[in-house]
Amino acid sequence: MSNIQPAFQNGKAFIPFITCGDPDLDTTAALIRAMAGAGADLIELGIPFSDPTAEGPVIQAANVRALSGGVTTDRIFAMVRELRRDVKTPMVFMTYANAVFGYGAEKFIAACAEIGMDGLILPDVPFEEKEEFAPLCRQYGLDFISLIAPTSAGRIAQIAKAAEGFLYCVSSLGVTGVRSEITTDIGGMVGLVREANPNIPCAVGFGISTPEQAARMAGLSDGAIVGSAIIKLTAQYGKNAVPYVRDYVAVMKEAVRSAA
Amino acid sequence: MSKGRFGIHGGQYIPETLMNAVIELEDAYNRYRDDPEFQRELTGLFNEYAGRPSRLYFARRMTDDLGGAKIYLKREDLNHTGSHKINNVLGQALLAKKMGKTRLIAETGAGQHGVATATAAALMGMECVVFMGGEDTKRQALNVYRMRLLGAKVVPVSSGTATLKDAVSEAMREWTSRVSDTHYCLGSVMGPHPFPTIVRDFQAVISREIKSQLMEKEGKLPDAVLACVGGGSNAMGAFYHFIDEPSVRLIGCEAAGRGVDTFETAATISTGRVGIFHGMKSYFCQDEFGQIAPVYSISAGLDYPGIGPEHAWLHDTGRAEYVPVTDSEAVSAFEYLSRIEGIIPAIESAHALAYAVKLAPTMRKDQMIVVNISGRGDKDVAAIARYRGEDLYE
Repeated sequence: MSNIQPAFQNGKAFIPFITCGDPDLDTTAALIRAMAGAGADLIELGIPFSDPTAEGPVIQAANVRALSGGVTTDRIFAMVRELRRDVKTPMVFMTYANAVFGYGAEKFIAACAEIGMDGLILPDVPFEEKEEFAPLCRQYGLDFISLIAPTSAGRIAQIAKAAEGFLYCVSSLGVTGVRSEITTDIGGMVGLVREANPNIPCAVGFGISTPEQAARMAGLSDGAIVGSAIIKLTAQYGKNAVPYVRDYVAVMKEAVRSAA
Repeated sequence: MSKGRFGIHGGQYIPETLMNAVIELEDAYNRYRDDPEFQRELTGLFNEYAGRPSRLYFARRMTDDLGGAKIYLKREDLNHTGSHKINNVLGQALLAKKMGKTRLIAETGAGQHGVATATAAALMGMECVVFMGGEDTKRQALNVYRMRLLGAKVVPVSSGTATLKDAVSEAMREWTSRVSDTHYCLGSVMGPHPFPTIVRDFQAVISREIKSQLMEKEGKLPDAVLACVGGGSNAMGAFYHFIDEPSVRLIGCEAAGRGVDTFETAATISTGRVGIFHGMKSYFCQDEFGQIAPVYSISAGLDYPGIGPEHAWLHDTGRAEYVPVTDSEAVSAFEYLSRIEGIIPAIESAHALAYAVKLAPTMRKDQMIVVNISGRGDKDVAAIARYRGEDLYE
C-alpha cells in the first residue's frame, strides 16, 4: 500500500491545496505544519508554473505571487526536505508537465522520492500521455495521480483501473475556482469508478469552498479537495494567513469526517 | 507513444476535461477529410469566398535588384481577410458546423486569425469569441474593431505577458468550461493532436498551388521555399507538398526580436529546448526549471514561445532549416518590399522576406526562391511608423 491510502482511513478525507512560495516559502512551511495539525489527511503542494492553464484567476494569481517572489523548484524541494523531519502527513505535488519535463523528469521524480513526497498530480497529462511520467513514478515509489472529469464519459473505467494512490474527480467543467453550486452527478461518476476499481479512493475537487459543499462531496466520495478558498486566505492575509488557514482546515475536516 | 506524433513531438497534453472533445474532433475530421461533398464545399468557399487560388507573382524588380535567384511571392496577402489564416478557419468552421457546434472560440496574436475566425463565424451564422492579449489589443487596435464589426466578442487577456501565449491559455480555459456547443478554432499548427494535422492539411493548399503554378510558369520545382514561423501554420502550408522533394530547401524564419543573444527574442529553435506546453511536446523557450520564458518580437503574430510539433520534427531530421531574423531586419524588409514592388507585407511575412534578401544574392540566376507573403501589412503601418520614431496612432 502506498503512503497515500492511509489518508483515507481517518473518516472521509480533507485535502487542502496551497501554492508553494505564496507569499514566501517560510509561510508555506508554517501553513503545511498548521494544516497537518488541524487534521488535513493529505496535502497538495502546488509548484508554481508560469502558465497554469487549468487554473482560474485565484490560483493563477498565487502562481504569479510565488514566482515573482523568486521561488524555484529547488528551493521548494529544500523546504519539503526540512519539513519532512516532523511532518508525517502524506503530501503530493501538483504542477504542470513542463515543470517536471523541463527540469528533467527523472531528476525531478527522484528528488520527490528522496525528500519524502508521496505522489504527483499533473493536470495537463491525461491517461493517453501518462506513460511519459508514470513509469518513473513507479520506479521511485511515487503515485502518479489520475483525474476524471464530468466529460469523461466512456473513459472512467479504463482510467480507474489503472489509477494509483487516489483518483481526483474534477467536479465541474472549467478551471479551478470557487463555485456557488456543483451540478455534476458526482455520485454517478464515483459509482462508475467503484465498479471498475473498488480499491481506489475518490476525492472530489474544483469549486468547493463551504463546509456544506465539502460534506456533500465527501458524502458522495471518499474526500474533498479545496484549493482556491484557501488561496483566497493567503492572498488576503499574506504572511499572517497561518491561523486563518488552520481554523478553516479544522472546520472543513470536521465537516467531512463523518459525511455520508 | 500516444497519437499525433511527429518523431518525439506532438501528442495530447491537455486536461482530462478536454479529452473527449479532441477525440470527437479527430473522429469528425477522419470522417470528413476524404468526403467528396465536404471537400467540394470547402473548395467552393476557398475559391468563391476567399478568392483562391492566390497568385504566385514574379517579383522582377526585387530579383533584378538583388541580382541572384529569381524571386516569386506567394500572395496569401490577397486572400479575403488579408492573410493565409482564412484557409484554416474556413476548414475548421465547416467541420465545426458539421459537428453541430454553434460557437467558435479562438486566440489571436496580430489579430489576423481572430479576424478570419470572426469572418467565418459571420458567414456561417455562428457565435464567436476571440481571446487576445491585452498588449496586442493595443498594438492591433484596428483588428479589434474589425472583429467586433464582424459580430465577434473580443476578450482582452491580462494574465502572464498579455500576448499570444496567454491568449492560447485563456482560450483553452474557456474551452474546458464550455465544450459541448463550442469548437476551439486553433489558429496554428500547434496544440494537442489533431490540431497540428488538421491545420496543416487546410493550409497545405498553399504548397499545392505553388507547385502547380511554378510548374506552369517555369516547368520546375523551386530551389527554396521561405516562410515566417511563429506557431508555423503558413510555413507548414508552404512546405507540406515539398517535404518529399529533397531538392527544395525549406527555410523557416523565426522572430529573433532584438537578437538571439538577448532575452527579448521569440526564436524558439535557436534559443529553446524540448518541452511540453499548450497540449504538445515540441521546442519551447523556457528556463532551467521549465518555466515558459516571456518572449518578444515586434510582430504580435510571431510573439510565441513555442513552435508546432511538425516543425520541431522537420528540424530534428534536418529536412527544414530554421533561421532567426531580427526586428530591425524585418522592418527593413517591410519597407523594402513596399518600395520596390509596391506590396506592403505583414511584418510577420517581412521576416521571411528579410532572409530572402540575404539568400537570393548567394544563389545563381537560374535558381528560384518562393517567399510566402502570409499576410498584408496594413495592420502594421502605425507600429512601423512608431518604430521609426513617428508619433502615429490608428
